[in-house]
Amino acid sequence: MTSLQPAATRGQTLAEKLLSRAAGEAVYADDLAICVPHGAMGTDGSIPMALDYFRDMQPEGDLPPPAFPERLVFALDHYGAPSGEQALRLQDRARSYAQTHGLCVFEVGEGIGHQLMLERGRVLPGQLVVGADSHAVSYGALNAFGSGIGSSDLAGIFQCGQLWLKVPGTLRIWLTGTLPAYASAKDVALTMARRLGVGGANYLALEFAGPGVATLDMDDRIVLANMSVEMGAKAGLFPFDACTADWLSANASVDPGRYTPVSADADASYVDTMTFDLSAVAPQVALPHRVDNVVDLADAGDTKIDIVYLGTCTGGRVKDYREALSVLHARGGVAPGVRLIVTPASEPVRAEMERNGMLAEFVALGAELQPPGCGSCCGTCGSIPADGQRVISTANRNFKGRMGNRHAQIFLASPLACATAAASGHLADPRDLVVTS
Amino acid sequence: MNSPLPAVASPRSLVIEGRARRLGDDINTDYIIASSRKKHSVDPHVLRQFLLEDLDPDFAGSVRDGDILVAGHNFGCGSAMEVAVTVVLAAGIRVVVAKSFARTYWRNAVNNGLLLITADTADTADTEAVPEGAPLSLRLAGAQATLHVGAEGAHVIACEPVPDVVLTIREAGGLVPYLRQHRQFLKPSRPGSVPGPITPQPL
Repeated sequence: MTSLQPAATRGQTLAEKLLSRAAGEAVYADDLAICVPHGAMGTDGSIPMALDYFRDMQPEGDLPPPAFPERLVFALDHYGAPSGEQALRLQDRARSYAQTHGLCVFEVGEGIGHQLMLERGRVLPGQLVVGADSHAVSYGALNAFGSGIGSSDLAGIFQCGQLWLKVPGTLRIWLTGTLPAYASAKDVALTMARRLGVGGANYLALEFAGPGVATLDMDDRIVLANMSVEMGAKAGLFPFDACTADWLSANASVDPGRYTPVSADADASYVDTMTFDLSAVAPQVALPHRVDNVVDLADAGDTKIDIVYLGTCTGGRVKDYREALSVLHARGGVAPGVRLIVTPASEPVRAEMERNGMLAEFVALGAELQPPGCGSCCGTCGSIPADGQRVISTANRNFKGRMGNRHAQIFLASPLACATAAASGHLADPRDLVVTS
Repeated sequence: MNSPLPAVASPRSLVIEGRARRLGDDINTDYIIASSRKKHSVDPHVLRQFLLEDLDPDFAGSVRDGDILVAGHNFGCGSAMEVAVTVVLAAGIRVVVAKSFARTYWRNAVNNGLLLITADTADTADTEAVPEGAPLSLRLAGAQATLHVGAEGAHVIACEPVPDVVLTIREAGGLVPYLRQHRQFLKPSRPGSVPGPITPQPL
C-alpha cells in the first residue's frame, strides 16, 4: 500500500501534513494548495446559494449531479417549523437536490450538522473535511483539518471536488496541567479569546499540544476546536491519541483500520507558541457583544439574567447537560422568572438524555425543550429573546442581534456557569457550587 | 442569482473612486446582514435594505452606489455566510478597505468579485485617518494598490499587494466564471510539484 502522506523535505505541522495529504503533494505554510476534501458539509443556511452558484457554473445553466456525491452531506439544521414558510422553502431546495442525487441528508430534528458529522463517522483522523458553516473547525478535535467555507466554495466542490486553500501558519497552543472541577473547556476557550482577541489567530491554524491535551476528553476538544474560529483561526487541530480512537469506536462505530492519523514533526515550524495552564483556568464570561469581552465571573457583578440557553455545537452535549444538572440540583432548581431552554446538539444526545433520565430531570425543573438543531443560537429557529432581556448561553457568539433581537444582550459561559445563573437568577461564580461526582 | 453585479472589471490597472463609509474593528457578518434575515430570502437585492442594521439602522438608507467601506481590523469575522458579501455588492459597494479581513469573508469576496484591499498597518497613515464621507480613489496597478484620500488625493495609504490567487480569480470575473471556463482548478506550479490532475484520496 502506498503511503497517503506525500514525502516532505522538512518538518511539518499538523495543518501542513493534513493539507499535504489532501493536495497530494507536500505543502507548507503560505503555499497555495489545490485540495480534494474527503468530505464537505453544507447547511440549509448555505446550500441554496451554493446551488445557485453551481447552476451559474454550468454553460447550459442546468443543475447537474455533483462530483463525488458520496463525499457530500446536507445538514438541515438551521431551519425548522418555527423558521417560517420562506425558510422552509429554501430548506426544501437543499433537500430535493440531495434526494435527486442520493446525497447524505441530516434531516430536520436530527441535530446540528457539525455534531452529526462527528457522531456519524463522516470525519476521520487525517482527513480534510470542510463545511459551508464557520463552525466546521470543530472537526479538528478528531485530528482532521476542518474549516469553514462559503457557498461559492461549496459550489466549486460540487463542480470539481476541489478547493483552493492557502496553507496556514500555525500557532501552537501548549497546554499544561489539569482543569479544576469548577472550570471547563468553555472557560479555556474564553480565556484564549481573552488573550488572543477575536482576530488574534486570523489566517492561522491552532495546534493544541502539550501534556494538558491528554487530560481533555473528546467533548472538551470539540469545544476548543469549535471556538477556534472565534479567534479567527482557519482550523483548531488536535493530535491523535487513545482518546480519539476510543471516542470514534464508541460513538461513531469507526474501526481504527479505517483511518490513518497524522502527527506533527518535532522539527515543524510554528509562528508562535502560547502556553495555557489548565489548572489556572477560572470561570469566565464573555459580556455583550463580543466573544473576547471576557472577564472572570468572580469580577462580573450580579447582572440579572432572564434566559439561560443550553445548547449549540459548542455546549449541547451530554456532558454539558450533566454538569448543568449537577449545579441545578445542588442549588434547588431554577430561580423564579428565569427561562431555561435546552436544545440538544443532536438526536443521539437527546436520546441518551432520555435513556438516562436527564431529560426528565430538566422537564421537572421547568426547562423548555427544543428539538435538536441550531435552535436559538443565531435567531433562525426557536425562541427569540425579547427586548431588554439578558441571555446567558453555552453558545459561541454573542454579537448584538445574534439570537434575532438586537435589543437583547447575550453572555457566553460554560454549562456550569450558565446553570449557576439559572439557579441564582443572575451572573454568579460557580466555583463554590460545583458538586464533584 | 447570487452575483448581483458584474465583478470589478478585470483589467489589471484601474482607478476606482468612491465615498468613504467608516466602520470600526471586528465587523462580523451578522452585523453586515443578520442570520435571522437570510432565512426569509438569500436575494441580496431584498437583503440590502437590512445592511448593517444591528450596528446602525440608518446605514442601508444612506448608502450610495460606489461607496467604499473603510474598516479596521478583522472585517467580516464570525459566520461564513456568503450573503454578507453579496448584500454589500447589491448595495452598490464594490470595494472594502480594512486593516485586516477574516478569512471566510476574504474567500467569499474573492469568489464574488468584491474587491478587498488590506491597508498596510505598518504605514502610519492607516484607515483610522480616513474621515467619514471623504472622497477616495483606489489605484490598482497589477498586484499593487494605493488608496488616495481627499479631493486632491494627497493623503496616500499604502496597501498590501493583491495575492496571485485573487488576481487569477478576479481576472476570470469571479469563481463562477472561472469554473465555468476551466471546469476545475488549475494546479499552481511549484518547485518539485508534478503537473497534472489531482488524484482524490480514497475515503
